[in-house]
Amino acid sequence: MSTVVGVVVFPGTNCEMDAVEAVDGLGGTGRLLWHGDDDLTGVDAVIVPGGFAHGDYLRPGAIARFSPAMAAVARFAADGGPVLGICNGFQVLTEAGLLPGALQKNRGLKFLCRPTTVRVETTESSLTGSAAVGAELSIPVNHFEGNYTCDVPTLQQLRDEDRIVLRYVGNPNGSIDDIAGICNEARNVVGLMPHPERACNELLGSTDGEVLIRSLLAAAA
Amino acid sequence: MQFSVLVDIRLRGGISDPAGATIERALPVLGYEGIDGVTVGKTIRFTIEAADVEAAREAAAELTESFLTNPVIEDAELTVEQISPGSGT
Repeated sequence: MSTVVGVVVFPGTNCEMDAVEAVDGLGGTGRLLWHGDDDLTGVDAVIVPGGFAHGDYLRPGAIARFSPAMAAVARFAADGGPVLGICNGFQVLTEAGLLPGALQKNRGLKFLCRPTTVRVETTESSLTGSAAVGAELSIPVNHFEGNYTCDVPTLQQLRDEDRIVLRYVGNPNGSIDDIAGICNEARNVVGLMPHPERACNELLGSTDGEVLIRSLLAAAA
Repeated sequence: MQFSVLVDIRLRGGISDPAGATIERALPVLGYEGIDGVTVGKTIRFTIEAADVEAAREAAAELTESFLTNPVIEDAELTVEQISPGSGT
């Protein structure tokens, strides 16, 4: 049985098929989960994908966190299941309180859609278990509100507990401490702004995302 | 009783406000001088049913804190006013 990765779909999500394609391409089975359902039976890992859940109205992720699926994802995470929030999914996870901090508008007020280089800072997370510390990966970003921020004690805690999973090399959006991705205390919930699922095919210009998606599959097994 | 609520949401100090900064930078170009501290936020208005103004304020504050704002990056100021009966509003 291959590893089943549930991909949560909200109204306005638009990266769900990219995530399913990446998972399937690496030997897993991507399964779409409608946000109104709260049944994660048979799911080994969860991806909250990118897009504009509920139109990003009020704030990105603000309304999505009240979906029945998110209550199920919170329970799944509390039980130790691997959960990955990509881009809008990262915003949803911060709004849901599964990850600390918030994503504010990019420094420079521009929507950014381009490749970035990120450095793997720790392998102790469900996203980086198969990667190498210091490895630099080419992964695209596609966001307007990707500028990670948190208060000083939270930043100190993230550093002290080695919870900064990925940092930008050449910070594109003003994120504090060049943060591109973080994990929770238990290290099974990870959020990042770059899109590893869009870097899993030569045709897309990079396959550097594969090691991250493979790590997620391994964490779920 | 019905109360009208105005929620004035602002970015907290230290949170970058690129929209406000961009407007401020444009002002001298347009000939406006001496204007400082431009910030861009949002307002939300609604009516709420409550026993009295204190209850209305408390309910609106809870809603604001838990949903309408993200306290990591935003502050809000509430204005709560009774909608006078018969005013037609």
